[in-house]
Amino acid sequence: MFHIYCPYCEEHREEEEFHPKGQAHIARPADPDACSDAEWGDYLFFRDNPRGIHHELWVHAVGCRKFFNITRHTVTYAILETYRMGEQPTITAESLASGEKAGNVQAASGGQQTVGASDAAVASVKGAQA
Amino acid sequence: MSQSSSQPNRLAQGGRVDRTRKLTFTFNGKRYTGHPGDTLASALLANGVDVVNRSFKYSRPRGIVAAGAEEPNAVVQLGASEAAQVPNVRATQQALYDGLEARSTNGWPNVQRDLMGSVGKLGGSFMPPGFYYKTFMAPASMWMTYEKYIRKSAGLGRSPVESDPDIYDHLNQHCDVLVIGAGPAGLSAALAAAYSGARVILCDEQETMGGSLLDSRETLDDAEATRWADAVIDELASLDNVTLLARTTANGYHDHNFVTLHERRTEHLADVAPRVDGRRQSRSRLHRVRAAQVVLATGAHERPLVYANNDVPGNLLAGAVSTYIRRYGVAPGQKLVLSTSNDHGYRAALDWHEAGREVVAIADARDNPDGEWVEQARAAGIRIITGSAVIEAKGDKRVSAARVARIDIDGFRVAGKAEELACDTIASSGGYSPVVHLSSHTGTRPVWRDDILGFVPGDVTGLTPAGGAHGVYALDAVLEDGVAAGNRAAEAGGFPAASVNLPRASAHRESPAVALYQVPHEKPTLRAPKQFVDLQNDVTAAGIDVATREGFESIEHVKRYTAMGFGTDQGKLGNINGMAIAARCLGQTIPETGTTVFRPNYTPVTFGAIVGRHCRELFDPERYTALHQWHVEHGAEFEDVGQWKRPWYFPRTVNGKKESMHEAVARECLAVRQGVGILDASTLGKIDIQGPDAREFLGRIYTNKWAKLAPGRVRYGLMCKDDGMLMDDGTTSCLGDNHFLMTTTTGGAAGVLEWLEIWHQTEWPELEVYFNSVTDHWATMTVTGPEARQLLAEITDIDLDKEAFKFMDWKEGNVAGVPARVFRISFTGELAFEINVQANYAMHVWKTLFEHGEKYDLTPYGTETMHVLRAEKGLIIVGQDTDGSVTPEDLGMYWAIGYDKPFPWIGKRALSRPDTRRVDRKQLVGLRPHDPGVVLEEGAQIVFDPEQSIPMTMVGHVTSSYYSPVLDSGFALAVVKGGHHRMGETVYLPMVDGKVHAAEIVSTVFYDPKGERQHV
Repeated sequence: MFHIYCPYCEEHREEEEFHPKGQAHIARPADPDACSDAEWGDYLFFRDNPRGIHHELWVHAVGCRKFFNITRHTVTYAILETYRMGEQPTITAESLASGEKAGNVQAASGGQQTVGASDAAVASVKGAQA
Repeated sequence: MSQSSSQPNRLAQGGRVDRTRKLTFTFNGKRYTGHPGDTLASALLANGVDVVNRSFKYSRPRGIVAAGAEEPNAVVQLGASEAAQVPNVRATQQALYDGLEARSTNGWPNVQRDLMGSVGKLGGSFMPPGFYYKTFMAPASMWMTYEKYIRKSAGLGRSPVESDPDIYDHLNQHCDVLVIGAGPAGLSAALAAAYSGARVILCDEQETMGGSLLDSRETLDDAEATRWADAVIDELASLDNVTLLARTTANGYHDHNFVTLHERRTEHLADVAPRVDGRRQSRSRLHRVRAAQVVLATGAHERPLVYANNDVPGNLLAGAVSTYIRRYGVAPGQKLVLSTSNDHGYRAALDWHEAGREVVAIADARDNPDGEWVEQARAAGIRIITGSAVIEAKGDKRVSAARVARIDIDGFRVAGKAEELACDTIASSGGYSPVVHLSSHTGTRPVWRDDILGFVPGDVTGLTPAGGAHGVYALDAVLEDGVAAGNRAAEAGGFPAASVNLPRASAHRESPAVALYQVPHEKPTLRAPKQFVDLQNDVTAAGIDVATREGFESIEHVKRYTAMGFGTDQGKLGNINGMAIAARCLGQTIPETGTTVFRPNYTPVTFGAIVGRHCRELFDPERYTALHQWHVEHGAEFEDVGQWKRPWYFPRTVNGKKESMHEAVARECLAVRQGVGILDASTLGKIDIQGPDAREFLGRIYTNKWAKLAPGRVRYGLMCKDDGMLMDDGTTSCLGDNHFLMTTTTGGAAGVLEWLEIWHQTEWPELEVYFNSVTDHWATMTVTGPEARQLLAEITDIDLDKEAFKFMDWKEGNVAGVPARVFRISFTGELAFEINVQANYAMHVWKTLFEHGEKYDLTPYGTETMHVLRAEKGLIIVGQDTDGSVTPEDLGMYWAIGYDKPFPWIGKRALSRPDTRRVDRKQLVGLRPHDPGVVLEEGAQIVFDPEQSIPMTMVGHVTSSYYSPVLDSGFALAVVKGGHHRMGETVYLPMVDGKVHAAEIVSTVFYDPKGERQHV
């Protein structure tokens, strides 16, 4: 049973207080009608299943009811960091591979997050913004 | 030394048993005596009981091998009464109490004369390795035949068929340092951590704390080691920051240092928890411990040597022999032969000799052993045969002789002629295996160390091994390792390291051990008498050899092929030997071969402890509405809807006879259609939504339009997932420009709230909108039927005129003198008012309605009538008429889809995917059975052509089906492929009993198709 640090309550709580909600940073395409069926299918149905670092969306369901992100190792189950909605992870598979780790958790603008999203979803968001 | 006549193997003195008191117990129906301080195992040995079980597969007689959790054979069924039956108890861990009743787990019809034994011996290869794998690959249908037979012969113990009379507790615990094991390492670690100021829990699975010190030959500060242990336990018990848990097994080591401890509180007293002052007490507690740091001081298990017939009763671990003599005052035989690869094994021979029994010889696999204990044995005149080992045990139900021969370990062969030594007991020691089980529960692999010939725990965050579990065996080093581990754990939690005055251990000189696992025999492994590796699962060296020959090279495959380390044993005695044998067969090293994974639980845990108080009425929370008591008093039958208890129907007693459900529901339905009925609808989910962007948010989350809904108006909405499938429905009322009240299905309330939150928080945080569950705050009473207006008008100041208060309006006012919101919405198709009041006022309002309703014969109705009435109107229930693969279009609810809304609302894009555009999707229709007397079965499959050959092409199924009193006919809702375009067609429903029902596809609205009745 996980011991999870809620970045809003700023306390460790038992897993029983939380619900997992799947892969984090899945951006809903800003203009769904501009997506091909394949792109929309990617957004709806396709998720990563990495061995190693995984960014997950969780909710403190019987606590503050806030959604937040967890960076978790899928082999050791170690939780490497938790961070608020709209923030980006400081620890990623890439940063661990290159030995880098940003000093502080960085805030991104807005609530939509694209780290870890499928290429198609990222492309569609970027396309919509451009 | 003299012997007690009733307990032939009991020594006159020594051990921690109280010889002045006798305890009577029965084993396999026969009465024996023992003493307080005994385990069931020590008492059986004291009484000279050799055969305690039959083996799993070959049904060979088996005796006690070990003295602790690693015992593979003496697994018994405990309990004097049916309700108190406990399977899978290790006799070595069960404290003796007066009146204890135990039986062998295996053995059919009994352990002395076992039918299976002859089958096993005659058949020889009846169950070869890979038996399960090979046999059950095909044909699958044969499993039923095999299963009966195997269950009976395998002897897995049996669970009681009567309800457990005991209660069990769960405790949540937190600590800075959890120390698992209270032997020398655990005690010194706990001392260090406690002195540092950390909050410490120390648990130990045995009856008495002290671990190896309880039977140690060594002294501490020149006194018996137990003195120091007792003093430390007293010291720890006096400290406020220490919790001591004896008889407590750490069974599972879970993620992030979550450890489950099973504390057995009364199992040493009786098989049912004794009452204290007339009160029940909990039989066991499951401590759910979240520990900042864990010190693993679980010690080490001695490894037996693997030689021919090493399973005949009388073959014991060397250390177990010492434990029985020194701790329990029992010498489990008369004449001992010891086979060892190391100095520690010598303790058994020395203890045996000092107990006044004959040590026939020590076979030492080493050529030149010269440690201190070796010298002591020589000085005692014990014969030591160096470079040798016991290669085979003789005997059937008890060892009669040991065959000892010179062996060539590197060449894996017998190097000399075997000598047969008459004896009744063979002790063996192949060194120690650290008890790493807990450390690998989270998936971490243990690490092989050549210097200690064993696996030690791998690197686990927050876990520090100490002492034997850490591969440290010399007592002085163990104590120091414990202090270091205790300090390391405390310091990790920010506590200062503490110094502990350790006692002086009697250091002794040790000669190095030699690596010996399987002992060679004159015959090759495949033809030699059976050499057992895993006694509990009957896995032999030959079995592992065969597995590797058949190409199973991964140790995990070998495990599954042979069943090594399966079951309740979890590889305590056999795993390392098995890996060593597999490694030799494969020409690899042990680390190259690797280990299998140990899994929770370390030893079996009774289901009662796992369940705790979460059973019966406390299994799941029950939710009651504010009107529940009234329903109970008026004879309601209840239905579970989620966690809610909802009235199902209200049977009346007519002419002294209670109505059936069918009769009650028919009466309730007609009352609503013709007079007035009332439903407690309080369980509907209610979510209060506020904020300047609330309206925009609703427009994105619902499929239909919300931009123009004025205050005072109500609208029905559909909610989809982004795949276009319906997930919930309900009405939402506009309370003010920035304020809405959403209702959800009873079961969907929590899920919908989370759904709203996830979209708001993760996609549209720029919208200013807030959600709050108000389900419990408001009680809802639905007054419905042609006379509803008349009734309500008597007790409200709200103008109920049909023009002033239209269908899909809501009004605020007083009802029965209390503030209320009244919604004119209908789930019955009749004139209906849903009255919402503060839950605390609900009973008053409800009773007032009945006072005034008497003259209208106001009829309470339950969920069943609600279902019939709504289905007559074609109104869906999400989750009954839909199943997560149904779109609003499949339901024909085009009117509730805002195709031209500006924002791409949730579910919209999916409605234009090729799959959702298919014309042959299953669509919701009504079904009218050709025979009006037929009520179709819900879930019944639908076909277009009943004459086609089996398997027929199924084109849909019935989702809702009832008898309609107002139509006096059965009717149903169903999903049918392309159903919307098949109106008037006949479909067929072949039933299990061979009947085929015919039904016509009709509109989903069976009653009042124009909806006039709700608009009056």
